Amino acid sequence: MGRYVVRRLLQMIPVFVGATLLIFLMVNVMGDPIAGLCGDRECDPATAAQLRREFGLDKPVGQQYLTYMGNVFTGDFGTAFNGQEVTELMGSAFPVTVRLTIVAILFEIVIGITLGVVTGLRRGRPVDTGVLLVTLVVISVPTFVTGLLLQLLLGVEWGWIRPSVSSDAAFDELIVPGLVLASVSLAYVTRLTRTSIAENARADYVRTAVAKGLPRHRVIRKHLLRNSLIPVVTFIGTDIGALMGGAIVTERIFNIHGVGYQLYQGILRQNTQTVVGFVTVLVLVFLIANLLVDLLYAVLDPRIRYA
Amino acid sequence: MRGATHARWAACAAAAALAATACGGGDGGGSGDTGAVLSSSWGDPQNPLEPANTNEVQGGKVLDMIFRGLKRYDPETGEAKDMLAEEIETTDSQNFTITIKDGWTFSNGEKVTAKSFVDAWNYGASLKNNQRNAYFFEYIEGYDKTHPADGGKQTADTLSGLKVVDENTFTVKLTQKFSTFPDTLGYNAYVPLPQSFFTDHDAWLSKPVGNGPYAVDSYTKGSQLSVRKWDDYPGEDKAQNGGVDLKVYTDNNTAYTDLMAGNLDLVDDVPAAQLKNVETDLGDRYINTPAGIIQTLAFPYYDENWGKDGMEKVREGLSRAIDREQITETIFQKTRTPATDWTSPVLGEEGGYKDGLCGDACAYDPDAAKKLIEEGGGLPGGQVKITYNADTGSHKQWVDAVCNSINNALDNDKACVGNPVGTFADFRNQITQRKLSGPFRAGWQMDYPLVQNFLQPLYYTNASSNDGKWSNAEFDKLVDEANAESDTATAVEKFQQAEEVVRDNMAAIPLWYQNGSAGYSDRLSDVSLNPFSVPVYDQIKVS
Repeated sequence: MGRYVVRRLLQMIPVFVGATLLIFLMVNVMGDPIAGLCGDRECDPATAAQLRREFGLDKPVGQQYLTYMGNVFTGDFGTAFNGQEVTELMGSAFPVTVRLTIVAILFEIVIGITLGVVTGLRRGRPVDTGVLLVTLVVISVPTFVTGLLLQLLLGVEWGWIRPSVSSDAAFDELIVPGLVLASVSLAYVTRLTRTSIAENARADYVRTAVAKGLPRHRVIRKHLLRNSLIPVVTFIGTDIGALMGGAIVTERIFNIHGVGYQLYQGILRQNTQTVVGFVTVLVLVFLIANLLVDLLYAVLDPRIRYA
Repeated sequence: MRGATHARWAACAAAAALAATACGGGDGGGSGDTGAVLSSSWGDPQNPLEPANTNEVQGGKVLDMIFRGLKRYDPETGEAKDMLAEEIETTDSQNFTITIKDGWTFSNGEKVTAKSFVDAWNYGASLKNNQRNAYFFEYIEGYDKTHPADGGKQTADTLSGLKVVDENTFTVKLTQKFSTFPDTLGYNAYVPLPQSFFTDHDAWLSKPVGNGPYAVDSYTKGSQLSVRKWDDYPGEDKAQNGGVDLKVYTDNNTAYTDLMAGNLDLVDDVPAAQLKNVETDLGDRYINTPAGIIQTLAFPYYDENWGKDGMEKVREGLSRAIDREQITETIFQKTRTPATDWTSPVLGEEGGYKDGLCGDACAYDPDAAKKLIEEGGGLPGGQVKITYNADTGSHKQWVDAVCNSINNALDNDKACVGNPVGTFADFRNQITQRKLSGPFRAGWQMDYPLVQNFLQPLYYTNASSNDGKWSNAEFDKLVDEANAESDTATAVEKFQQAEEVVRDNMAAIPLWYQNGSAGYSDRLSDVSLNPFSVPVYDQIKVS
């Protein structure tokens, strides 16, 4: 087990280097960002040259990347164009997005799996058809429509929530945005769980468990769920990273100053250091979430061993 | 954002529902609570919040609240009025003696002296400080030493043309005659700075200290800046409210929704998608007033196709093929006004705005357009591509509309197409590297309300915003003469003659004047926008 984890951790290094290099090159290919800093006029060449020097943009790309990575290992992620340290931006953005992601994941786990189990055990009944239809609608309606409609209904029409989230972004404010962010994944989790449960409900070991006279809830929890959750856990695990990086739309609608907002700003201003810094952290999140998912398999199904 | 266009229909669908809840307008009038704080929408400033480093509205908004300079532009008329300046004397329009009023201090108690100005200006002009607005000091003697144009090493840290005479007096020596120089001194780059700006720069940046009616109370970068009324403010324009909380919104649609829900008092940028229903939503709590912004189409004169003689006819033809009335009405819901000259109505008649100076060349006439373009030898390559940046504003909509208008006028659906560029920086790069082969978007927001500012930076040979590299000796001569002219009325006349040269060559096609728009909650009264489209915060009353 320990050796497996170490091997997995070592595998992260090439992935990490490759991902950061790709992002670095992509943002760089967009061209020189300095020209966008002077409004509708030509930057004064002397100032522009000075700024380029300061942000290290006057060096060849390869050298820029090496310098940047060297600095990253000392915890220096560079500076954004407005003079803020990228680490400072991360410090304000990541906690917010992490909270939002936690809310979204909780929704997925609690509502998604519950609905999945309920429908999986009642295949073909009205409740099953109903939930299937609803999830189909949720999957096909884009996030920004759900977001804007909920914002208008709950925020403006009925006044239950504030349409925008304050800068503290406490958990209670993030319930509606979290639900919006989770909505599509929630529908997937429901359907995945349903299919998986429906498949396994007919399995031999379930029949055996029922025949042994085990109480129903025990059969479902201990035998059925444990085996059925493997694809669901995989999905939720990879979804953590996707939610954190893909919350741009939701964050914009509810004015949440999180990772999505900083990334959007960074891309618009072609600020390599911001974009690469944030993506680097997101890549790490993805990798670690994936590792955790793989380790969870062993917990769920003892037959899976990582020797 | 990919979803912007779809978001619009969602917003429209919801608008019908919204209209039902929109409360009637009407302000409380009378006196407000001078201690009450209002909240207002804001955007994250692009550059560090230093006076000589701020070149966009969001940062300028803050500077405007916490600083006062030698002059201040009247929020209503735009006229440059003395603020800290006791008097600005000159005999030759080149050497100025500036005396500042007694009794002004910064909000930390430090006295505002001649040195506060000179230090601040030297800081702004010095290359090593990376101030993006350094060029505002370029007319002052010694600028070439503190800010060598070739990027070489600076040989001086201070401007030789600035001298402190005594506590309240300093002199400015310019490199050329510039009669309207005193009127430019209302710009944010010229405000005084306290010593703490130089001694503990980082601390100052995290909580700026100025000498305006408001003092910064707290600043959380990227999310909120709170200013509070400064009780000991010595000026006439004391704040009529307790303060302002500027909240950063990433999307002005959200800010508008917050205003509708009563969580925000003031939105100073009504999103294009909401313009259709803003009147029903807000009634008379919506203002739409002219601002010193003009949109034009510029041309790449370095491209041989556009630089050759006879092309002025083609450009004029294109101008006449654009139905400005219809575009400003349908796309912008009258928040833009068709342009009839190259300046802005906010200057006023006396300031140099001349309604109809463009004459027939800006009047929609498809037949004339066709004829002119044929006479000029047709469109280069049979097609024009209008380049614009698609990341901000609603540029795509109007460029497409302009192209449709041109295509309809010429009965050719391939005559004009839009050419979007992903980011503003990329757009600027294509311009500065002279890569463009057709017309491109050129917006101009004035720095100060002078006719000079609408002409010289844009059309003078090699000027900083002359992106098309248009060059005309006649125009340059007239601008030089106008700058040397000490009598304002004559100077304005000279500038208008120069503007006629721009017209006769159709150096750039004027499209429309942009208005500032704002909406506010029923807690507020006396809300207005200044000619820079920034709310006049200190006059707002909160009930």
